[in-house]
Amino acid sequence: MNDREQIINAIAANQPAFSPSPATHFSAGDQEGLASQFADTLTAIGGVVFIVDSLADIHQHIKDNTSAEHRVISRIGGIAGYSEDIDTTLSPHSLQDVEIAVLKAHFGVAENGAVWLTEELMGNRVLPFICQHLMIALYMKDIVANMHKAYERIGSNSYGFGAFIAGPSKTADIEQSLVMGAHGPKTMTVFLIRS
Amino acid sequence: MSTETKDHAALADDFNKDEDRVDWHDETLWWIRQKRDKAVNKLPDWELLRATASAIKNNVLSNLSAYLQEFEAKAQNNGIIVHWAADAKTHNKIVLDLLNAKGIKQMVKSKSMLTEECHLNEYLENNNIEVIDSDLGERIVQLAKEPPSHIVLPCIHKKKEEIGELFHLHLGTDKGNSDPQYLTETARQHLRNIFITRRAALTGVNFAIAETGEFVVCTNEGNADMGAHLADIHIASMGIEKIIPERKHLGVFLRLLTRSATGQPITTYSSHYSKPRDGKEIHIIIVDNGRSKQLGRADFRNSLKCIRCGACMNTCPVYRRSGGHSYHNAISGPIGAILAPNLDMEKFADLPFASTLCGSCSNVCPVKIDIHQQLYKWRQVIVQNGYAPAAKKAAMKLMSITLSSPFLYHTSGKAGRLVLRFAPFAVNNRFNPWFKQRDMPAPPNQSFGEWYAKNR
Repeated sequence: MNDREQIINAIAANQPAFSPSPATHFSAGDQEGLASQFADTLTAIGGVVFIVDSLADIHQHIKDNTSAEHRVISRIGGIAGYSEDIDTTLSPHSLQDVEIAVLKAHFGVAENGAVWLTEELMGNRVLPFICQHLMIALYMKDIVANMHKAYERIGSNSYGFGAFIAGPSKTADIEQSLVMGAHGPKTMTVFLIRS
Repeated sequence: MSTETKDHAALADDFNKDEDRVDWHDETLWWIRQKRDKAVNKLPDWELLRATASAIKNNVLSNLSAYLQEFEAKAQNNGIIVHWAADAKTHNKIVLDLLNAKGIKQMVKSKSMLTEECHLNEYLENNNIEVIDSDLGERIVQLAKEPPSHIVLPCIHKKKEEIGELFHLHLGTDKGNSDPQYLTETARQHLRNIFITRRAALTGVNFAIAETGEFVVCTNEGNADMGAHLADIHIASMGIEKIIPERKHLGVFLRLLTRSATGQPITTYSSHYSKPRDGKEIHIIIVDNGRSKQLGRADFRNSLKCIRCGACMNTCPVYRRSGGHSYHNAISGPIGAILAPNLDMEKFADLPFASTLCGSCSNVCPVKIDIHQQLYKWRQVIVQNGYAPAAKKAAMKLMSITLSSPFLYHTSGKAGRLVLRFAPFAVNNRFNPWFKQRDMPAPPNQSFGEWYAKNR
């Protein structure tokens, strides 16, 4: 008997009588002021939030905060000059010098400040992790109240890789002192676009 | 480790020699417990979430064989290669064979308590594979050649000055500099080079979804992603109990996990791995290692509902004052004390006794495991199986003789009060374990029995 059969047989013999899966109904959450709730929560966990009117405002912000030697990769349309072609066949190692990655998120979650991105929005899976600074474009209308609403929205969509990202990479492993920029981005900025 | 032969009480004694450090450890963990309370109190649905999570896990345990096979089929459809390991030895061998097949000699690893349980690092090092732990806390204890002392906060027992000294020795930081910002930046540069150069990455698994075949890994540092997305081969090790039935159930568990662990609303990264990158490989190793046996123990199977948040440790008055290493097991604290005896009842016979049975662990547990009741039940199983510590056995025997004889009971009570009053030195000495770290109480003048006889 191989390990697989051995394990499955042992479990089948030892598992208790069937217990049904419960209902999962929860409060819808505060539907008012989702954008401000999202902004407050993300700010509290180390993120930065700007409210802007258009993608052009994001472009201006990047211009103001970078110089020519910085490698900036934008995956959102409407921002000329920063659009490198980085499909999934590109070696992820070639992204190790990216200063800023600008990505669009599918939606944000008000209760925890997280944004949901799948692989096609990242271009390359490692990009939102390996860049020094992460910038996210998020339409205000695309904010849901909580994680139940988030998974309702994801539904049965298929993806190779997806992630909720909430704030900069961080650690408090040394005497519980919070430090931003453990391995991933040192900052995370979300541009909330009025819509 | 030389400490392996000592029991919890002896190891706790070692930890208690430095009273300031014990206070600091106690206060730090209590502060994290308070952060948990603040986060929890913001969610009106908290108790409903706990009840739902517990019921989902009951469903998982009752249908685990089917869910595991569903997960396997879906994961394989997604292009993930699935392996099964009945025990730690097989798990370690699978990892080694995967690395050898690709001629890989160096691997980067993110946090996985399962690989601690399997002693994977030692095994691979004995087979000439270098393993580097990438979670900052785990890297610190790895440099110190120690096991983690907490499942979420691996180096919670270490002072920053000690970490500064370790980094000075191993990573060349300035001697005497223990600024967390400076040390973290140094680790960032050091580990970035590791991520970039390693062709194999191993991660743990927080949740594996039967419905979709994907698995979720939660970190704050981003180290699991840096390792996995830069490697040719990603190996994910999971215990059989990590299964949850549906994707939507993540909504329940991700709301509970970090609020319980550290008081954060969610980890920085909740990464959903579904398919490997083009031309790369994802392997999942599904590990039993005693879990199916625990599933068959009706009184203890609920321990398999654990989502490894660490809340029971942060709140435990014994854990906070004895430190994680006193549990001499990969998983320490109250949850470790109910998981470990399943693996080796004799070796871990001391752990269920390392508790006051106050019940705080059960009250904070996000999946409602009856931890303190299981601790109490394990004590009985351990004594019935003859594994109780000798001193405890002798004391219990004496107690049982005394309590079953009214004459002995009254006489010994009187004798005890007389000794405390007239010869306190007879008990206020190092031979009496109740005298350690505390003074003996003033004895009452009479027993309740004597008082009642006079006053009724």
